[in-house]
Amino acid sequence: MLWEVDIYAAEGQADLAAGRIRGDAADLGLAANLAVRAASGFLVEGPLDETAARMIADELLADRVVERAVVAPVGDERLTMPPGGEKRLVHVLMKPGVMDPVAQSALGAIADFGLRPDAVRTLRKYWLGELPDDKLKLLCQKVLANDAIEQVIVGPLRLERLEFGSPYKFALVTTPIRDLDDDGLMRLSREGQLYLKITEMRTIAAHFRELSREPTDVELETIAQTWSEHCSHKTLAGRIAYRDERGERRFDNMLKETIFAATQEIRRRLGDDDWCVSVFKDNAGVVRFDEQHNIAFKVETHNHPSAIEPYGGANTGIGGVIRDTLGTGMGAKPICNTDVFCFAPPDTPADAIPPGTLHPRRVVKGVVAGVRDYGNRMGIPTVNGAIYFDPRYVGNPLVYCGNVGLIPRDKSFKKTIPGDLIVALGGRTGRDGIHGATFSSAELTSESETVSGGAVQIGNAITEKMVLDVLLAARDRELFTAVTDCGAGGFSSAVGEMGAEIGAEVWLDRVPLKYDGLSYTEMWISEAQERMVLSVSEDTWPQLEALCASEGVEATILGRFVPTGRLVLKYGEHQVADLSMEFLHDGRPPTVRDAVYTPPPVVPLNVVPRADYTDALVKILSSLNVASKEWVIRQYDHEVQGGSVVKPLVGVVNDGPSDAAVLRPALSSRRGVVVSCGMNPRYGEFDTYHMAASAIDEAVRNCVAVGADPSRIAILDNFCWGDCDRSETLGSLVRAAIACQDIALAFGTPFISGKDSLNNEFSYLDDRGAKQTIAIPPSLLISAMGQVDDVGRCVTMDLKRPGSVLYQIGETRDELGGSHFALVEGLSGGQVPTVDAEKARATFAALYEAIHAGLVLACHDLSEGGLAAAVAEMAFAGGIGVHVNLDNVPRVANVDAVAALLFSESNSRFVVEVASDNAARFEAALAGNPLARIGETTSEQRLTVAASGKNAIKSELPHLKEAWQQPLRW
Amino acid sequence: MPPRVLILRAPGTNCDQETAYAFEVAGGRTQSVHVNRLLENPRLADEFQILCLPGGFSYGDDIAAGRILGNQIRHHLADAMQSFKAAGKLILGICNGFQILIKSGLLLEDDPVSGPAATLVWNASGKFEDRWVRLNTASSKSVFLAGVETMYLPVAHAEGKFVARDEATLAALDTGGQLALRYAPLDASPGARADADVPYPANPNGSPRNVAGVCDATGRVFGLMPHPERHIDRTHHPRWTRGEGGDVGDGLKLFQNSVAYFAT
Repeated sequence: MLWEVDIYAAEGQADLAAGRIRGDAADLGLAANLAVRAASGFLVEGPLDETAARMIADELLADRVVERAVVAPVGDERLTMPPGGEKRLVHVLMKPGVMDPVAQSALGAIADFGLRPDAVRTLRKYWLGELPDDKLKLLCQKVLANDAIEQVIVGPLRLERLEFGSPYKFALVTTPIRDLDDDGLMRLSREGQLYLKITEMRTIAAHFRELSREPTDVELETIAQTWSEHCSHKTLAGRIAYRDERGERRFDNMLKETIFAATQEIRRRLGDDDWCVSVFKDNAGVVRFDEQHNIAFKVETHNHPSAIEPYGGANTGIGGVIRDTLGTGMGAKPICNTDVFCFAPPDTPADAIPPGTLHPRRVVKGVVAGVRDYGNRMGIPTVNGAIYFDPRYVGNPLVYCGNVGLIPRDKSFKKTIPGDLIVALGGRTGRDGIHGATFSSAELTSESETVSGGAVQIGNAITEKMVLDVLLAARDRELFTAVTDCGAGGFSSAVGEMGAEIGAEVWLDRVPLKYDGLSYTEMWISEAQERMVLSVSEDTWPQLEALCASEGVEATILGRFVPTGRLVLKYGEHQVADLSMEFLHDGRPPTVRDAVYTPPPVVPLNVVPRADYTDALVKILSSLNVASKEWVIRQYDHEVQGGSVVKPLVGVVNDGPSDAAVLRPALSSRRGVVVSCGMNPRYGEFDTYHMAASAIDEAVRNCVAVGADPSRIAILDNFCWGDCDRSETLGSLVRAAIACQDIALAFGTPFISGKDSLNNEFSYLDDRGAKQTIAIPPSLLISAMGQVDDVGRCVTMDLKRPGSVLYQIGETRDELGGSHFALVEGLSGGQVPTVDAEKARATFAALYEAIHAGLVLACHDLSEGGLAAAVAEMAFAGGIGVHVNLDNVPRVANVDAVAALLFSESNSRFVVEVASDNAARFEAALAGNPLARIGETTSEQRLTVAASGKNAIKSELPHLKEAWQQPLRW
Repeated sequence: MPPRVLILRAPGTNCDQETAYAFEVAGGRTQSVHVNRLLENPRLADEFQILCLPGGFSYGDDIAAGRILGNQIRHHLADAMQSFKAAGKLILGICNGFQILIKSGLLLEDDPVSGPAATLVWNASGKFEDRWVRLNTASSKSVFLAGVETMYLPVAHAEGKFVARDEATLAALDTGGQLALRYAPLDASPGARADADVPYPANPNGSPRNVAGVCDATGRVFGLMPHPERHIDRTHHPRWTRGEGGDVGDGLKLFQNSVAYFAT
């Protein structure tokens, strides 16, 4: 019997879903005041009579206080009677095989009633007023469902059964490759979704000619996954001949010789005081924290999946990076998340969206919801982030997800022992995410959704939380020898990496499956979520198995790490792969690339001087990058785990923009972790060197602004770039990497981990059938993790009281190139902000000492919008008035234009509030650094900025605050 | 002997460690117990004086917040819980724990005909929100709120709007002093009783009568949406850098009250 339970809001109760849909339909111009009635539904299949079905509905699925349930067999007319005389009926169901966590939980919960249904699926049901077919179709596409993961059924549901999947019949597949010519090899690469280059395909063909046999399908897939850009970073870790205006530089391994080299040099200089523990090696970078603990940090991107299914993409993005720290060393406890997004402007007109893309507003909402639902359910506070808007992210939004973990010092390393069992822990395997690793190496097109839909998934946070709970318990009881996460590439990547130095034999027929029908290859490369791989000795396996069983987590022996140097895959009696680990991990031909960078000439930026700049400040505060992100931040639980010290929103009514977050990961200790970030894609158009330098400076100064010790800040790089097969695109990236090396060395701030995502481009055919490609701007995110020894010394950016002295620390230069002033005024040209690393380092150190000595009431870094925006934010966050005199602003020679003093985005600058009693001590602490009194705080709710005796800015604080809060108050 | 506190953990519980820490700071002796252990042996609860259901997303809050664990308690632990209550012990549910208490029938008794007395539903705003709220104590009924006039605590939930079966049920709970904790305007004076509906966001979820926490008829079972364990340290206060808040957080008193209850 197949029962359907439809759950409606009871009479007099709000139908929240209907309200949202009515609003979206009106926004899209589909219907002004559409009648909507929404129901959530369950399909329950199994030997249940009507009494049982009714009981499940009343006691489990519906809330009798506020809901009413309609229960009937599928097809029954009770299910198709419009509750309010509506005309149209739409059902939305997950496509078969898509993760449906609610259905899984419901199946288990029904068992608590002593009933045993065979299957459960959820659905959503919408009753709508009169709507023509074409508009109904649009509503379904744009509002009600996402056809990457869901199916829409208009009219009554006709469904016989829920079960799907059919038994798999083994058949070994081999793929002829030895005799293919270049065309044939590239066709195989493309059509097989291997996305390998011709040199790589030739190498594979030659390898199998040597072996005198053809590869099996799973052997080819394993090689493609291991050699994918996502897993091997072959472009950036490859040979690059780079040329710029200063000449040529040749790299054998670009990343190693720039970013990683800087870290090695910093560690060498630190000598015995080296506080790096494990860098660029494990799933996350690890540094020393206190006597007992180290901390790990990793930031990943999940761009392509988020373009197609924003909720699921972001959901599994955060889920994936949590597994990275969980799979670092012997397992770190995740203590906070960070999230940075890049979107097209949400007010982009619907008809300006290229075919095959989702409207940015929908992408924003979906991504935020995806992070929210996963992070909150995991019980990991999401404490830091940023959002950047640019039209070029329209087809290729960026979703950076980061996680910090706390790990005991003696659990920070792992070692797989030959003879250990290969154990899979957590979620079951389905067809989810097949080809995710190779897909992320491909360019997105308007066809991506149909080609790569299988690469899109939904996560199940509770499964991952259960894995986290048992994994950390098993770690403390020493029940395994090594762990890694199943990310891109699935078991293929996880087992391949863990066994790279040893060898492995895997018994694929043991893989626990969500449903029947998966081939051995699908089992091996599936990227189903919430899985970890452990190496476990025979001796401790029974204890691990019992621990997992006691908390309902599935643990399965999949094979053994055997000292053969080979990767052998078996399905029952059949051997389906036999590859040498050496060929797999070292056989890839080096990628050789040319990279060239020509810095664009500096053209002047012409500002027509004017008397009053209040309007420009208001426009900057209202610009999307600067505007308040409170709508997003409040949806994240940023206080769970109980260690919150400096929250993302601060100030007199808890709504000002904090520079960084601070938390205490160990509740009985006063020691804190500081998390911040820096990024400015707008600077890349001027010079990616200065863009990268500025991003590092920004991330570090955000940390320092709340009180972090600048000599203990570790940073991460995340490069999201366009197609690096173009030498100019790659050149702009190499140039940024060189800046990373230079600034990291000069600051003494080590990179400890990083990740790159190339090919962030979107192609489509325009109205005339011509191919158009939109490349994202170079987007380098720098994430910083700092430390404070006593969180009680931290400061926040909100002004604290009238009568204090305001200082600007750091020099203002004429650097309006790429600024937000230029953006809102529609100006081009100008000098992009540069970094004077020596001065910056000295400033950071002196400011830290002043904050640590308790001399600072408030501190805010100067970034987008320069001095004017920073002072405005400090004032309205604190509800304290300010008067600033620009004549005193510290500056390099010849900067006297008011616009530059107000809005220049020169790096390494802060505004600091100091009690007048402490002014002398503060000035002494900063001696030798660029510093000047620029104003004072007042008891009026007003910001005034004077230049040469006249007000250049004058505005009431509530007006400025409203300008800042209004744009993204959704 | 300090009282023993059972911190009940289920798949998706995620405030268990900081809640245990708050009880420890208050002088309790805590033990974290997975619900599967309690289902295997319901008498395990007998060894404890306080049962705490911490916050989180038990079973993902799938279907509805607290529903699945609430039903497990109804079906498998009802007797053990009734004898726990009858023995004069304390039960505290925070956030998801409150949702579980309500949905299990442990906090408010079902009516044999009309069903559950009340529920917790989606916030009027339609979204999960993390924000700080002012809370005033509205009755002396709850053991946990003894001597507490006002608290400043964070909420972090999506389904926190308290809805009673009907107006009469709500009025009876009010009269009986069971609607013990209420959202108040941010600038309300301690103990001031807001009878009018406090507007959003001071009342973050739109609960009628501004209900934030509810106790049973004995005052020994208490559930609340705000998180007292997130305000036990000076630096938890969102404006501690402005010199606001005390040396310890407002929420600690609630844990101290429960521990002190067994000291006499």
